[in-house]
Amino acid sequence: DIDDVGRKYHLELVLEDVLDKDGTVNCTAEVLYHLGNKNIAPDVHFTTEGELKNTDEADNVFYNRIKSLEKELVAENIPDSHGNVPPEMEPIRLLAWAAAGYVIWQNSTENTKFQLAQIKHVKQVKRSDEYLEFDYTILLHEMVSQEIIPWQMTVLWHPQHGVQVTQDSPQPKHPSE
Amino acid sequence: DQVLHIVPETFQQVQHLQHLCSTLLLDLWKPLLPEDISAGEDLHIRVPAALVQEVKDSLDQHMISYKVLIPDVQELVDQSMPRDRRSHRQIPEGYVYTQYHPMEEIYQWMTQIQKSNSELVTQHYLGKTTENRIMYYLQISQPSDKTKKIIWMDCGIHAREWISPAFCQWFVKEILQNYKTDPKISRFLQNLDLYVLPVLNIDGYIYSWERDRLWRKNRSPYMNGTCYGTDLNRNFNSSWGSIGVSYNCSSDIFCGSGPESESETRAVAQFIERKKSDILCYLTIHSYGQYILTPYGSTTKPPSNSEELMHVAEKAAAALMGKYGTSYEVGPTSLILYNNSGSSRDWAHMIGIPFSYTFELRDKGTHGFVLPADQIQPTCEETM
Repeated sequence: DIDDVGRKYHLELVLEDVLDKDGTVNCTAEVLYHLGNKNIAPDVHFTTEGELKNTDEADNVFYNRIKSLEKELVAENIPDSHGNVPPEMEPIRLLAWAAAGYVIWQNSTENTKFQLAQIKHVKQVKRSDEYLEFDYTILLHEMVSQEIIPWQMTVLWHPQHGVQVTQDSPQPKHPSE
Repeated sequence: DQVLHIVPETFQQVQHLQHLCSTLLLDLWKPLLPEDISAGEDLHIRVPAALVQEVKDSLDQHMISYKVLIPDVQELVDQSMPRDRRSHRQIPEGYVYTQYHPMEEIYQWMTQIQKSNSELVTQHYLGKTTENRIMYYLQISQPSDKTKKIIWMDCGIHAREWISPAFCQWFVKEILQNYKTDPKISRFLQNLDLYVLPVLNIDGYIYSWERDRLWRKNRSPYMNGTCYGTDLNRNFNSSWGSIGVSYNCSSDIFCGSGPESESETRAVAQFIERKKSDILCYLTIHSYGQYILTPYGSTTKPPSNSEELMHVAEKAAAALMGKYGTSYEVGPTSLILYNNSGSSRDWAHMIGIPFSYTFELRDKGTHGFVLPADQIQPTCEETM
């Protein structure tokens, strides 16, 4: 506890690459939850030791595939009800995970535990520059309240410039029927 | 499910087919990717049964001709499975335990299971759901002159946790398939009766298949039908309404209008209350999180037999981990998860059932509630 500031946690963790189970990286982090105002994201500082698998090739394959689509990509329900994701949608899902991580960080407090539950809808937005842009509606599951919260996020990505969430906002839930 | 064979003739047709494949996420058998669909080339698409009519209508609308290559994919899959050995005849032929099943099929499965294993299994009426559907449990009991203690297990109290009913079905199948040959199981059945409720929240489960995959509660109407659903695992009479709940119907942890306000809760509670002196162990199966949770959620005060409870749970977690290395955390809900009141597990312990556990099955959030079917087998095997 830090008087008048908030509560700081010191963490030691191991990061595991979802795509390469043997690829692990040690990480130490400090997370500071601010006192009072719940609208400020916690401060996070971290260091990692070790390297994750290089994904340049897969990134470029995906990038070129999307760039060469005749019509903008549109998809729904990733994964589907049975947990399945068509192989060509895997990168779309991975991108959503990364972007959702940002949204979750911005909205976390000591009393929340968010997970990305599903991509409800994703639509590619055509751009004149080299970036790829996707408009996602995702469903976040919050463990303590057990709520499913729809969230819109606009995601920019480029193989060399990484992921960016340029806009995001929670969506109203449809009133229960 | 059907597989359709199409040879697109024009570029427009190719475009429409690509659009159809990506918006409906259809399973392309040939080619592999929508962008490889081209005019004059064979196209094979698997269309889920629920979408067959819609897809055919769309093709007709766009004047795209098609042939049905495979009229029934499931039939083909069943045929390609090797014939089971004699001892497997007791299990419904063709029932795929590594897939999720809608309620219709689970009802049929229960009937079948009793029919083919009548010396051991009886199906019993437990009660009715809010939408008037019948709740059945299966009793697995080896005929004997001594009264046996009971182990009760219910699955599917939360609609979206599909891996839970899948586990109950798997569990029943495993017991029936192996009780004659597996000494552990046969000893088990000599001394204990198993009562299994494969789906507790039937209305909610059906709703998660038909309308909202991530629905959690039951479907009872409140506020003049403007709001639906009580969290059945907040509705039991264990410190009901005190903590970790909402009194607002629109919340996913709405505890109902009073303890046991829901017919599903009453059906289970009345039965367990009646049999409580014979029930040794109450198990309730959920997902996700990978936990074995002990009482209580409503208080951090430990239950009277806390040491024994923890000891057994820790042994279970170790055995589970031994199978595929999956790690489960063990402990009281109030300490390792969050506070809640009105849970069935707490209630069971409070009325005197010594061993009462909540299992939260795979995973830890990567897939969460939407666990892919290919994880059904390993999840069930390790939990077994």
